[in-house]
Amino acid sequence: MFHVQNIDAQRGTRRVLTNVSFSLNAGACLFLRGPNGSGKTTLLRTLAGLTPPSAGTINVNPDEIVYTAHLDAVKPQLTVAENIAFWHAVYQTKQTDTLTRFNLSDLAQRDGATLSAGQKRRLGLARLHISGCKIWLLDEPTTALDANHVAQFAQILTDHCSAGGIAVVSTHLDLPIPHAQTLNVAAFGAEDFSANDPFLEGAF
Amino acid sequence: MLALIRRDITLALRSGGGFGLALAFFLILTLFVPFGVGPDRALLSIIAPGILWIGALLSCLLSLDRIFQLDAEDGTLEALATAPIPLTGIATAKAFAHWVTTGLPLTIASAPLGYLLGLPASGYLPLTLSLLSGTVALSFIGMFGAAVTVGIKRGGLLLSLLVLPLYIPTLILGAQCVTRAIDGDSTLATFALLSGLSLLTIALIPFAASMALRANLR
Repeated sequence: MFHVQNIDAQRGTRRVLTNVSFSLNAGACLFLRGPNGSGKTTLLRTLAGLTPPSAGTINVNPDEIVYTAHLDAVKPQLTVAENIAFWHAVYQTKQTDTLTRFNLSDLAQRDGATLSAGQKRRLGLARLHISGCKIWLLDEPTTALDANHVAQFAQILTDHCSAGGIAVVSTHLDLPIPHAQTLNVAAFGAEDFSANDPFLEGAF
Repeated sequence: MLALIRRDITLALRSGGGFGLALAFFLILTLFVPFGVGPDRALLSIIAPGILWIGALLSCLLSLDRIFQLDAEDGTLEALATAPIPLTGIATAKAFAHWVTTGLPLTIASAPLGYLLGLPASGYLPLTLSLLSGTVALSFIGMFGAAVTVGIKRGGLLLSLLVLPLYIPTLILGAQCVTRAIDGDSTLATFALLSGLSLLTIALIPFAASMALRANLR
């Protein structure tokens, strides 16, 4: 379902990772590990299609992918309900349990600007559920979440995978996901600089 | 796309959205010109088309950097880029929302302001029509500039330097349209060229802007 073959990932003009390969079937969860700066975010951005890989192939339907980055994509001037309604309209989905699943029901009429970091993060993560996408790419999803909500999110992630979804998660926490695999990103580090520019090929 | 247009218009109307900014600047500029030039109605009626068009153009420029910058800063742009909407669609929606919140109000405000500057009666219809059509080009060209400079913090100066030269054809054609009408000449050719320019920007600029956005999101 999600096959990655010998890709090189780059950030700007610097090649960060080289020769990364993995293959994930329905229900798989892959944790990306590695120290700060080892290339976890770069790999996720490449998988999400934001940066084309300078070598190798990614075999996946881009419309199946949803990506949550360090920033939560929450509009401060819109209420929680309006933020959720906007993403529903973008993904053309109609999930009714988004507020309850992410424990946001009490906050529905609050402005995004008045949310705490953890509440904002939960609203950001709610986009995963809203999208209805099969493949979740998560960059440090548990940042700013308290212990209860980390456990709650681990449950959401487990449910997603047991329903046949796929997740690639960069995290420093040990989330209790059954059958999760681990990829040590630091093992793929590349030192040299890449010369070819994939911008024009990948522009559209 | 419709959701994005609706959201952008809502954001512009809420606090800190900058909807009033362009309109207020346009109002102040055109109201201050008679104070600077003096109350000579003959002179004012000659320079009125130019003042109104330059005013509309500069007001448009003021709100350009918000088109993508705010979305880039809170991560919405990346989320949208990975959502199943093509980037060309995002760029078109953004430019259209910018036109609805700046170009359209400026067009509506231009007729009363034209009266304050003593614009001759034959100039009102060409003024409104030329602004209605020309501000579309201003929004789309400006959106391209915003897409190119989206990665740059405080990129306002670069954005202005990039966009202003591209605005010159629109300004010449737009102001000419009004001037020719006042002088009693036919405005058909000028207006057709102006509308053609606007249609060309709608057709081509979303592709250029999506390439610029892709390069900046890397």
